[in-house]
Amino acid sequence: MSTVKFTEDHEWVLVEGDVATIGITNYAQEQLGDVVFVELPEVGREVAKGDEAAVVESVKAASEVYAPITGEIVEINGALDETPAKVNEDAQGAGWFVKMKLSDTSELEELMDEAAYNTFTAGLD
Amino acid sequence: MGTQTIEDLLKTPLHGLHMELGAKMVPFAGYDMPVQYKLGVLGEHLHTRAKAGLFDVSHMGQAVLVGPDHETTARALETLVAADLVSLERGAMRYTQLLNPQGGIIDDLMVTRPADAEDEGKLLLVVNAACKHGDYDYMNANLPKNVSLEVRDDLALLALQGPSAVDILANWCPEAADLVFMTGKPTFFDDIPCHVSRSGYTGEDGCEISVPAGKAEAMARTLLDHDEVEPIGLGARDSLRLEAGLCLYGHDIDETTTPVEAALTWSVGKRRREEGGFPGAGKILAQIADGAPRKRVGIRPEGKGPAREGTEIHDADGNVIGAVTSGGFGPTANAPVAMGYVAKDFAKVGTPLSLMVRGKPRAAEVATMPFIEKRYRK
Repeated sequence: MSTVKFTEDHEWVLVEGDVATIGITNYAQEQLGDVVFVELPEVGREVAKGDEAAVVESVKAASEVYAPITGEIVEINGALDETPAKVNEDAQGAGWFVKMKLSDTSELEELMDEAAYNTFTAGLD
Repeated sequence: MGTQTIEDLLKTPLHGLHMELGAKMVPFAGYDMPVQYKLGVLGEHLHTRAKAGLFDVSHMGQAVLVGPDHETTARALETLVAADLVSLERGAMRYTQLLNPQGGIIDDLMVTRPADAEDEGKLLLVVNAACKHGDYDYMNANLPKNVSLEVRDDLALLALQGPSAVDILANWCPEAADLVFMTGKPTFFDDIPCHVSRSGYTGEDGCEISVPAGKAEAMARTLLDHDEVEPIGLGARDSLRLEAGLCLYGHDIDETTTPVEAALTWSVGKRRREEGGFPGAGKILAQIADGAPRKRVGIRPEGKGPAREGTEIHDADGNVIGAVTSGGFGPTANAPVAMGYVAKDFAKVGTPLSLMVRGKPRAAEVATMPFIEKRYRK
């Protein structure tokens, strides 16, 4: 059983058991434009919700990605080092950033489901 | 421009076309300008280097200095810039900077002596959009009575840049093919009167076309109908000029940087070095003779992550020796590229630098500019 949740900072969180896969949404990659570099955290790092967890660089600008939940980084998407364009091609799939082991599953309840996120982004333009 | 609302923004004559092409618009120097079109910054950058890109640069300031003869007009402008303008041949274009009394750069600009004898005594100027009103005030306050400044808000400015640009333009404007780099002439694009120069801001061959505002859209549409021409926004304009090692006013040069510090000494005329007679000449000539305390250099960060404007530059011992003034990812270089100022002892190509990116040191090296091979037609 897996669920996808979304944040107002345009991250998606796919929860499978006590591990969450995290990336930026398709809406976010469209706004950023061509991604040329992604700086990912070290495996083993403990991050608190709201900490800077990654940085996405497009041709024009750098954007911070904040941890949507608290936990430990257990895996990073090493493929982004060679092909950061995966974030543009498949933001909500092959362009994932990190996997985290959840510390507090109750944090997930504060996140939006897909329908709520779509309503949220529709109101931004 | 932070306090300006969308309604206050000025529009170029191509604004409607940008909207029709699906451009993403941003405020820039008081204008509502396209930052990118459907290809995106990366695609537009690579397309310009491969074929031809069309840029709307109508926000830039176009003006004409009018005096009784070339020497009088040239000498009048020479009181404000360090280029040798008296020696300009008819149809020749020169890059220079308006200077303040401290030798700082008020703006950088292109100056063209018209090709036609009937325009004797005129100099055509193109200045930066964000600086144009200040530039005009500065010139008006300092010009002699017999030389006047005519602002040409009735003209639009297009740039067609890239290896195919001139061949494409020549379909409607055959005289463009006869121009060499940094020359220009009045001509026609079909039946549209225009002024074409072989120049640009991308490091590629290409032309800049000054055209009556009411004819600009027709010209742009004709060019865009060509298979190899794509519209290019300000995003790629910035990454293209950065790879070409060209300064962006307000970032790489400003009122606190001299032409010598900015590595623009080549633009200070030989005769002007002997005679002086431009604002800040004492300081600038002393820096040419003895060296400047800091210098603008090219910087190649190691790895893939860009170092952006404002990044501190440290030496091996952790001392602050300068800052990045422009930095990003170079799509053609396929690597991060940057430029910035470093203390004079660190300006040599190959000098190792440390860039403080988000609080962490990143290895980098002083590099030659441009970061790509320039393809001007000399």
